[in-house]
Amino acid sequence: MTSNRRDFLKIAGASALTLMTPAVFRPVWAQDITRIPGQSITPAKALTAKRWAMAVDPLKCRDGCVDCIAACHATHNVPDFGNRKDEIKWIWTEPFAAAFSGENHAYYGQSIQNMQLPVLCNHCANPPCVRVCPTKATFKRPDGIVMMDYHRCIGCRLCMAACPYGARSMNYRDPRPFIAKINPDFPTRTKGVVEKCNFCEERLAKGLLPACVLACEQKALVFGDVENPASEIRLALGKRFNLRRRAHLGTAPQVYYIL
Amino acid sequence: MLEKALKGSRGYWVWIAFLLAVVATGFFFYLRQLDYGLGVTGMSRDVSWGLYIAQFTFLVGVAASAVMLVLPYYLHDYKAFGKITVLGEFLAVSAVIMCVLFVFVDLGQPSRVMNVLLHPAPTSILFWDMIVLSGYLLINIIIGWVILSCNRKEIPPPQWVKQLIYLSIPWAISIHTVTAFIYAGLPGRSFWLTAIMAPRFLASAFASGPALLIIVCLILKRYGRFDAGEKAIQALSKIVAYALAVSIFFVLVEVFTVFYSGMPEHEAPFIYLFAGLEGHHNLVPWMWTSAVLAFAALGMLILPPIRRKEGLLAIACIAVFVSLWIEKGLGLVVTGFIPSPLEQITEYFPTGTEIAITLGVWAVGFLILTLFYQIFVAVRSGIDGVRHDEAAANMKD
Repeated sequence: MTSNRRDFLKIAGASALTLMTPAVFRPVWAQDITRIPGQSITPAKALTAKRWAMAVDPLKCRDGCVDCIAACHATHNVPDFGNRKDEIKWIWTEPFAAAFSGENHAYYGQSIQNMQLPVLCNHCANPPCVRVCPTKATFKRPDGIVMMDYHRCIGCRLCMAACPYGARSMNYRDPRPFIAKINPDFPTRTKGVVEKCNFCEERLAKGLLPACVLACEQKALVFGDVENPASEIRLALGKRFNLRRRAHLGTAPQVYYIL
Repeated sequence: MLEKALKGSRGYWVWIAFLLAVVATGFFFYLRQLDYGLGVTGMSRDVSWGLYIAQFTFLVGVAASAVMLVLPYYLHDYKAFGKITVLGEFLAVSAVIMCVLFVFVDLGQPSRVMNVLLHPAPTSILFWDMIVLSGYLLINIIIGWVILSCNRKEIPPPQWVKQLIYLSIPWAISIHTVTAFIYAGLPGRSFWLTAIMAPRFLASAFASGPALLIIVCLILKRYGRFDAGEKAIQALSKIVAYALAVSIFFVLVEVFTVFYSGMPEHEAPFIYLFAGLEGHHNLVPWMWTSAVLAFAALGMLILPPIRRKEGLLAIACIAVFVSLWIEKGLGLVVTGFIPSPLEQITEYFPTGTEIAITLGVWAVGFLILTLFYQIFVAVRSGIDGVRHDEAAANMKD
């Protein structure tokens, strides 16, 4: 009886050890690598930069054109609630007087006063929204893109108070029933989180330019690495007079308006 | 000691039942908000904070004001406050609980609230506010409870509580300073972007908190068989008078800078508050009410003959409380968003659901306050030899 029990315990102990062994002594090459189907770990064709930025040439914009807005909002499952209170927008247009209130005066002619400028998150190099977020749900990547973690955001909206550009929107209600056509390549959001433009980081990772840039037939949006002296955006900014919105606030916005 | 809250007059139980009904109503509407999202409130893309955060800001001040009793008694040995410092501490406890609840009901994703601890962000003022508020809550619960227990046993409080009390003094200043920093450090919100925000918060807090305490003391004297003493109430009324004067002075200082410098970004919110902007004047009648009440109350409080009459003192204190509640609980937060960064004027109207939830949270605070004060009065009447069974801290009737 006693020896039987001892044998049993020996076998049981040995079995338990063999169960534990693989977890402890697993060789590095045998470990699973999480792979997203259709995507390699560092996609060779991903677009990378030291600092992403955008130049907007609003003089090229066609009157009443909303191509960039439609492309962005369709790509990113931005809902349309049909009311201003709950409105969510990543990119939209504003008259010159609203986008550059400090620069406006009464003697601008109709053509300038009626000009509609595309506005979006400025992906500030010194972003106040990132500084104030109590959970690091909004953060800045090394390449300058200011991003949101929709799963970490608690919906306190301090970032909305901190953003001097009004670039952020809150999901005041469940957005899903209000998305015209869900794009399965990009996550939908839940109610109670804040969202905004992400410079199409998900497209850059696949080697694609931002949706708004591609959608613009007039080539009014130039996107690129502002730290690369040979980039198209850098050449455009070097050659032509341009302004940034509320740059005196020290946020170092990375959307430049060629005027 | 807790069992003392279970003994009270009929009025006490009616008041408790009333508060519970308001809490239940608020909770019912909160469930609706939880289901639908914050869209049930009047908050919008442009005005993204409303009644909830404004109540939070106001109540942090009420919580901080406990220091106005503790400091004279413990640092200057001002004996008249000896009996009522516990009242201040319990007021602080219920005010901080309301603050926490108001932040909680304002969250879009309340189930993720622990992310603040799981992913601490030391650059965020909200993170620090959480730390100072929870610390202040803990400090005041401990101090209030230990002091009251010692009072009951008629033994001197232990030495370590004294240390905690000394700590609570700068800590009280810190909670309102940190709360002001939530607003005063945002580059795009000109209305809040002022170094006088924290001093202004503190001055108005040291007026509104003690004003509430005077009102409570007068109620307790009338219905609760507890007399804080003429000397203590008069000393409190002087504190309210000075703090109110400083608070008004700070606002006028701000108004000078804004309008003499003539910077449009800084002027616009003030014009919106007191005159209306581009046809929007939702808050104008409120703000003038607040201004008139503040000056009227100041006039009443600085004249000793008026201040000494209990009825008039009560009116002055109610005026102070209402005036400062309008200033902070309505005007300060919403106006920070008007006009928006894109020069839009979006006005804010709280919805019925939002008001019900707000009242629910206030009722939670008053419920806690009533229970604490009931215990306090029972303990005190044991000491002072007043008839025990009739010692009911009735807040209303």
